[in-house]
Amino acid sequence: MRHIISVLLENEPGSLARVVGLFAQRGYNIDSLTVAPTEDATMSRLTLVTHGNDQVIEQITKQLHKLIEVVKLQDLSESAHVERELMLIKVKATSNEQRDEVKRCADIFRGQIIDVTAKTFTIQVVGTSDKLDAFIEALKGSAIIEVVRSGVSGIARGEKTLAL
Amino acid sequence: MTSQNTKTEMLSGAAMVIRALADEGVEYLYGYPGGAVLHIYDALFQQSKVKHVLVRHEQAATHMADAYARASGKAGVVLVTSGPGATNAVTGIATAYMDSIPMVVLTGQVMSHLIGEDAFQETDMLGISRPIVKHNMSVRRPEDIPYLIKKAFYIAQSGRPGPVVLDIPKDMTMPNERYPYQYPETIKLRSYNPTAAGHPGQIKKAVTALLKAKRPVIYAGGGVIMGQAAEELTELARKLNYPVTNTLMGLGAFPAADRQFVGMLGMHGSYEANMTMHHADVILAVGARFDDRVTNNTKKFCPDATIIHIDIDPASISKTINAHIPIVGLVKPVLSAMLAQLEQKKAQPDTQALATWWQQIDGWRTVHGGRYDSDTPVLKPQAVIEAVSRITKGEAYVTSDVGQHQMFAAQYYQFNKPNRWINSGGLGTMGFGLPAAMGVKLNYPDADVVCVTGEGSIQMNIQELSTCKQYGLGVKIINLNNGYLGMVKQWQDMNYESRYASSYMDSLPDFVKLAEAYGHVGIRVTKPEELEPALEKAFAHKDQLVFLDIHVDPKEHVYPMQVPGGAINEMFLSKTKRT
Repeated sequence: MRHIISVLLENEPGSLARVVGLFAQRGYNIDSLTVAPTEDATMSRLTLVTHGNDQVIEQITKQLHKLIEVVKLQDLSESAHVERELMLIKVKATSNEQRDEVKRCADIFRGQIIDVTAKTFTIQVVGTSDKLDAFIEALKGSAIIEVVRSGVSGIARGEKTLAL
Repeated sequence: MTSQNTKTEMLSGAAMVIRALADEGVEYLYGYPGGAVLHIYDALFQQSKVKHVLVRHEQAATHMADAYARASGKAGVVLVTSGPGATNAVTGIATAYMDSIPMVVLTGQVMSHLIGEDAFQETDMLGISRPIVKHNMSVRRPEDIPYLIKKAFYIAQSGRPGPVVLDIPKDMTMPNERYPYQYPETIKLRSYNPTAAGHPGQIKKAVTALLKAKRPVIYAGGGVIMGQAAEELTELARKLNYPVTNTLMGLGAFPAADRQFVGMLGMHGSYEANMTMHHADVILAVGARFDDRVTNNTKKFCPDATIIHIDIDPASISKTINAHIPIVGLVKPVLSAMLAQLEQKKAQPDTQALATWWQQIDGWRTVHGGRYDSDTPVLKPQAVIEAVSRITKGEAYVTSDVGQHQMFAAQYYQFNKPNRWINSGGLGTMGFGLPAAMGVKLNYPDADVVCVTGEGSIQMNIQELSTCKQYGLGVKIINLNNGYLGMVKQWQDMNYESRYASSYMDSLPDFVKLAEAYGHVGIRVTKPEELEPALEKAFAHKDQLVFLDIHVDPKEHVYPMQVPGGAINEMFLSKTKRT
């Protein structure tokens, strides 16, 4: 099953390497990973998407917890949460027909065209990973030139928090 | 330490390293100098509190520190230079990591501004050691040195212990740059706070389950030794009159001479220990981690058992075998709490069921009982260990290398006290035995320290015979010489139709002459009747290293041995007999 694990990490040199290394050493999967400092610059927040059976996920959270620099963590998928991912996608758009089609599609997915040239459109789309997958699928007819995705960021709904 | 009234001392980074170790109470530092740590060595030279032991290879320094930690419970400390000095220490760090041994390893590093430029003797020691340490850190500002050293000791020794590497770039130790020195008394980290006491509700549940058991067994591991809980474990076991089995790492946690001890379990465990485990209805696992050398096939492991698992590391619980009643905490307070509850409850175990259970166990004891063919003209390795155990009354510190001799030592030496059996259980490091014995002997000069080894393993760190001479380390080396890498040969006999691919040790040195060349005493034993007199003579040399080169039967195998892929109760009992 797919899990989204949120980690508060000491913002120290090498701490990210330790998290990534753990996944490599123990043969766990990383589907996506995002990391940036929080409002407190001494701490980073990391969102990690992984998959595995319950036993594997339990080991992943326990092993992450064992890392000295991990302050706190939470398996977001265990309760109500919001997840978002940002994608920038560059497509070929030369003919009028093609340009209209891409624009329509972007509108449907509430994407924004953030860069335009005579031959290309660059579109920004935000949503769940599924939505971004669907957008790529919808544009398959057009020539996709380049895709860049941020990886998932997530936060628990309501009162539940992951903070000091 | 400086009192608050006096002016803060100003020390160089190098002096701070040594001073912090002294303030931490470190007596010995094991190491080897080199370019990146010369400032530190110079600071070491200018004081007398912390004594340095110069090994002949950095691996030996780590094993010495590691063995000191295993015998004393306190972190051992290593100092090596950057590059090859640090990489030579890697095997020893991994050895300590696999067995959860507290150790602080100070590695030199090239100047900060050279890091990343492939400078002379530069390696990324933080990167190299990351998967084999509990934690590692690097010094970025000289004034942080006291804090970082305290932090290293705190992390190494608390929770589930382990090695910590502190990488020190040379420019952090400049002798002419001085900074205020104060050694922190305690340290608090927001991201690291290991649990100590177990959950009271879980402990209550465990005691209830234990008392209901009809076929109970206590399975105790290295956590009992490192957690200094042998006393509590023994008291609990005796109070309940339940059988006890120890893992390879747990030998000595419960006295081997006690009637309730059924021996070591696992791959080369006793028949009765493995049978007791397999048929148990309640298993109390204490500071043990259900490692693959214990469980054999996890799918067939102890089918009827309710498993209570006490461990300081939550990640060790339900990792390979699901625990029904997990208790996260230090084994000592958890066992104490269990004892207190037993006292309070005044409840008794089911004595009738227990009597039947003991009858069954005593029956299993007669099946194999550690018997080997002793009626031969060739010396049997098992007989050698039995003789050593007899002569030292089960009280010596016994270190070992890895292979058949290690299993024979585990099976036939009667360990009655904790912290006496010192071996590389998790990593299985050949070359561990001699430096380990040295580390123990240095710190316990009056104790008998025996290194049980083989002609393969001993040659992996044989150069340390020179260190032994320099520091007058009178360890007794029991070299079970059969001319083969015995365990490899055993597997080749059993699984490869005796095709001895590279397991024959050709061109062995004359170990007696070799020992003498290093300034020690060497004795060769080739016949059974020579054994006892030779051992008597060796142990009579109190302060001298004696190398006993004992020629033993090359055909001998270690039994029992679990059948690969089988349940814990499926064993080969001899070359011709299996369960």
